[in-house]
Amino acid sequence: MKLKKIAKHVGALGIACGLSIASFSAAAADTIKVGVLHSLSGTMAISETTLKDTMLMLIEEQNKKGGLLGKKLEAVVVDPASNWPLFAEKTRELLTKDKVAAIFGCWTSVSRKSVLPVIEELNGVLFYPVQYEGEESSRNVFYTGAAPNQQAIPAVDYLMKDMKVKRWVLAGTDYVYPRTTNKILEAYLMAKGVAKEDIMINYTPFGHSDWQNIVSDIKRFGSAGKKTAVVSTINGDANVPFYRELGNQKVTAEDIPVVAFSVGEEELSGIDTKPLVGHLAAWNYFMSEDNPANAAFIKQWKAFIKNDKRVTNDPMEAHYIGFNMWVKAVEKAGTTDTDKVVDAIIGIEAPNLTGGMSKMLPNHHITKPVLIGEIQEDGQFLTVSQTDGLVPGDAWSDFLEGSKDLESDWIKLKCGNYNTKTKKCLGAAAAQ
Amino acid sequence: MRNQTPLFGRWQVQLILLLSLCCSASVFAQDAEISTTAAAIDTAPTEALATTAPEFDTLVKALTQGSLPKRAQTAKKLGQLDDPRVIPIITALQQGSLYAEKSVDPLVAISDNAGNYVNALNGEKIPATQAEPLKRVPINNTMRSQLRTLLASLNLNDKKPAVRLNAVNRMIADGVDEDTIALLQERQKTEPNEDVRDAITTAFALMNLQSEKASVRIDAIAVLRGSLQQEVRSALLDIANNDSDIKVKQQAQFALDSIEDRISAFRLTENIFFGLSLGSVLLLSAIGLSITFGVMGVINMAHGELMMIGAYVTWVVQQLFPNQIAYSLMIAIPSAFIVAGLVGIAIERGVIRFLYGRPLETLLATFGISLILQQAARSIFSPLNRAVELPEWMSGSLVINPVLSITYNRLYIFIFGLIVFFALLAILKKTSLGLKVRAVSQNRAMARAVGVRASWVDAMTFGLGSGIAGIAGVALSQLTNVGPNLGQAYIIDSFMVVVFGGVGNLWGTLVGAMGLGIINKFLEPYAGAVLAKVLVLVLLILFIQKRPKGIFPQKGRAAAD
Repeated sequence: MKLKKIAKHVGALGIACGLSIASFSAAAADTIKVGVLHSLSGTMAISETTLKDTMLMLIEEQNKKGGLLGKKLEAVVVDPASNWPLFAEKTRELLTKDKVAAIFGCWTSVSRKSVLPVIEELNGVLFYPVQYEGEESSRNVFYTGAAPNQQAIPAVDYLMKDMKVKRWVLAGTDYVYPRTTNKILEAYLMAKGVAKEDIMINYTPFGHSDWQNIVSDIKRFGSAGKKTAVVSTINGDANVPFYRELGNQKVTAEDIPVVAFSVGEEELSGIDTKPLVGHLAAWNYFMSEDNPANAAFIKQWKAFIKNDKRVTNDPMEAHYIGFNMWVKAVEKAGTTDTDKVVDAIIGIEAPNLTGGMSKMLPNHHITKPVLIGEIQEDGQFLTVSQTDGLVPGDAWSDFLEGSKDLESDWIKLKCGNYNTKTKKCLGAAAAQ
Repeated sequence: MRNQTPLFGRWQVQLILLLSLCCSASVFAQDAEISTTAAAIDTAPTEALATTAPEFDTLVKALTQGSLPKRAQTAKKLGQLDDPRVIPIITALQQGSLYAEKSVDPLVAISDNAGNYVNALNGEKIPATQAEPLKRVPINNTMRSQLRTLLASLNLNDKKPAVRLNAVNRMIADGVDEDTIALLQERQKTEPNEDVRDAITTAFALMNLQSEKASVRIDAIAVLRGSLQQEVRSALLDIANNDSDIKVKQQAQFALDSIEDRISAFRLTENIFFGLSLGSVLLLSAIGLSITFGVMGVINMAHGELMMIGAYVTWVVQQLFPNQIAYSLMIAIPSAFIVAGLVGIAIERGVIRFLYGRPLETLLATFGISLILQQAARSIFSPLNRAVELPEWMSGSLVINPVLSITYNRLYIFIFGLIVFFALLAILKKTSLGLKVRAVSQNRAMARAVGVRASWVDAMTFGLGSGIAGIAGVALSQLTNVGPNLGQAYIIDSFMVVVFGGVGNLWGTLVGAMGLGIINKFLEPYAGAVLAKVLVLVLLILFIQKRPKGIFPQKGRAAAD
């Protein structure tokens, strides 16, 4: 009885809240709404909360500059709570109820895959800021993070050429991004003449914390007299115990370097970095990049978040680039209409934070420099290698069977997965 | 009532005393180690400052400025100078504790990692006010390994045998050539230590393997037989596969086989240790649950979050005493016990006591509590993981031989797990609270009839189980992330252990945890980590089908319901 009463009250409160939000948004009809779709609770909150704050900062900054098309920008923040189906629901809500002009969001590939059908059905725009496994190109999604050829392949090249690595351990968490990336890397290494017995592939569950025998295996694998390196696609949370075990078993970066694709400044801020010094990471941006644009961005971020210790990282830079590209595209098109913006944004250039200009390509990926850095004791990276110029993102890997014939071009071909051999567009069905 | 409160105080004090005693013992055992390593760095350049060659000063300053390859050259030149200050400076650079200003004429300093700086040139202390512009001298892997090789040749004449042994082994690892052999021959003449002499002999034998004469190679193989060193193995493997002489090939193969035999025995030992170590982690996380779930029958889904609280307490303690990392665990263990215990009592008094006998509702309610606690951690400590530092005595490993080494943090956690287990066993068997807990769990009505305050015992028991979860959190903070998701990772495993071992039986939890740990570690090499977990779960389900009450089923009246 009592419970029922409470439930009634709560329900009434909820309706009241909903009404007030609705009335508020009606009053602010002359703003352009931007959806921010990042998990603020649950497992992924650790990474995604920062991106939400980044978006709020960028939007605030744009409003200080006078907004967009004479209107103010308004951020609509929703919390998909690290729950993949909820990502799709929240996207639908953002597009139908709030009628946002663009969505900036998602972190994991599975959340993006969950959003994909909705965003295509309702013809929205999504900017996806995280490095991912490629093998996708949607008309409604812009991939501002790295494709495998902008992170994994250059990192392996660096190890092969500069560090003379002959034996490879591909270690990853067991989900789609590491599996696909490792498949691409394995094909790439074999194409470069690495023998099959010189490649060891290992998958572990999410949040794996007992690395004793895997590290011991890696040590044994590395003791065959050939220089060995570990290419790690181990997901965030499992990294701390992994690196600790490496440190404790005295696997040093000089003997067996580990190059990671998911360890950035933010992850390092939660780790005791001593055992990691010298291990590598490949990204398109490091906080330690020394140029005025980056210095200004860091200063702005610290002021916005009111914490002098907070760090910046690669996905933040991706949002920075993506947001500026979107603003320029809307200005060019003179409207926020999806079809016009999608056409206008191709070829648009926006400054990145490594001192260059990134460009949106017809395949909805962008050009980025690739940096390899060594982890330093203060949790920052020392850049040891950088590609000459910018690397254009490639949606379909050239090293996978079935993917190497595909091409994505939303201007000339109007297709995300055009098969150059059969001269046919596979269409949306095949992309899933 | 009057005699119950002091009793509670007594057992709690006993437990804390016991725990802190055991832990301080392990610290003292470690103290010796720390002092030796500290001494190794402490060969500070304070005494012999006679040679103040200007060349030395310029080289040290050049070492901190400019491009990395240039600085590596400088380091080499510096290594040729006969000056006692050279080794500490290069060691500091290699370990990243060399600091310098960014200028043409920089102040160069060595840091002791506790925030004190010493001038690298004259050994004077640098006051904190002047240390402000000092930046760590950047260094990369290539340079680090160059310096390591350089240090090996410099350290060959060190006073300590251990340092010399390391130097020789490093030379072997880098590959022996004529230059190193010449250095080693010089050293061998005066070397008093047997281990170092053995290592030098190994180096010579490795060199002789490359000899033109087959007889020399065979002699070298005879010397190397039985050595477990990785370089020896790969050198022998190379000979066994590629040597031109069939007899040499055979000998190398024999030597390899005998080495492999020894290694496989050590591997088995290693694997058992890995299993026991995983088991001890499972034991620690399950033992609190075996009280709340096993003895009280409460399905507490928030158990993992109580561990999370313990881990956060460790972090807070480290923040409060940033300079006492080595001892912070001593404070963290009792604090975590108290904090998590209090939270547990609050949960019991606030929610669970209304739900006794309704397992489904308890499950849902405690699941809700676990979500609330997680989100609370996110709001209070931010969703980012917090960095808990590993004390010096917890890092590194106990090297028994080149193929078998046991990491210290795992070893201590294993010992700690056993201590907690026996402490808890003693509490349940020997104290008045334990007696009452057992009485209430076996027959609630009868216990109340003889004057036991059942509800008070419930709260204390739940607090005890929660407190132990907090202690487990302290141990976990040394192994994994300290973040809001810490608890989720262990809750399933904990329930698995308790169910496997037999609900309500502490010994069952011990055997169950160690058994699952070892099974897991023996499956992993064949099945991979993901499949091993699945297989363990399947095996467990089959086992439960056969023996629904676990390994050690509860006997007597409690088993009836």
